[in-house]
Amino acid sequence: MPDTSDVLFKTLADPTRRAIFERLCRHGEQTVGALTAQSGVSQPAVSKHLGVLKQAGLVRDRHEGRLTHYSARAGALSPLIDWTRQMAGFWENRFDALEDLLKRMDQ
Amino acid sequence: MSPAATETRSVVVERDIPHPPEKIWRALTQPHLMAEWLMKTDFAPVKGHGFSFRADWGAVDCRVLAVEPNKSLSYTWDAMGLESIVTWTLTPKGSGTLLRMEQAGFRSDQQQAFQGAQYGWQKFFGNLEQVLARPD
Repeated sequence: MPDTSDVLFKTLADPTRRAIFERLCRHGEQTVGALTAQSGVSQPAVSKHLGVLKQAGLVRDRHEGRLTHYSARAGALSPLIDWTRQMAGFWENRFDALEDLLKRMDQ
Repeated sequence: MSPAATETRSVVVERDIPHPPEKIWRALTQPHLMAEWLMKTDFAPVKGHGFSFRADWGAVDCRVLAVEPNKSLSYTWDAMGLESIVTWTLTPKGSGTLLRMEQAGFRSDQQQAFQGAQYGWQKFFGNLEQVLARPD
């Protein structure tokens, strides 16, 4: 999991790449052409970003004739969600310790 | 910058505490009390005051952003590449208090912070587990 979240962080740090990924999350499966039309960068650049996203496990591709369709992979971001949950766990523990302290304190 | 580039993640913990805000405020702001439930610190409830939390595993660098006695307190929380803001809010509720902690930050356009966070928090939690596992 550590390596997975490191890759996810790095992959989504690029704003253009993140925008492509978000578009796939919001609008479902898209072709490279459709994504290029929305992204404001060249088709080779979009293809490169999609390659990186695919390598990180964030998107999957499906070939149909000459077209390649890309879609976001459900659950790909779960390592990041787990990380946020870890943070919440830290603070829950601190809250417990705070309550213990408050019981011991004078009014 | 797209809206997503400034998106923040946050962690919120909220709890009803059967003690008045004034008492909780003391635990949140007096260093000798903070050391008992959070970490050793040279905190002072003064806007702009730079301080740190220290533990065996390292330190968290902080700066006080806002202080409203018995009501709210916020400070920056920078640890191992992770930049965030911790905000405490105390709301009277019956004879007790609704205590809310929000840690916000982790901007997704901060690649370095993200990488640091990934490394740092792993270490942080690893150390925390060791600390918690230690007999009292």
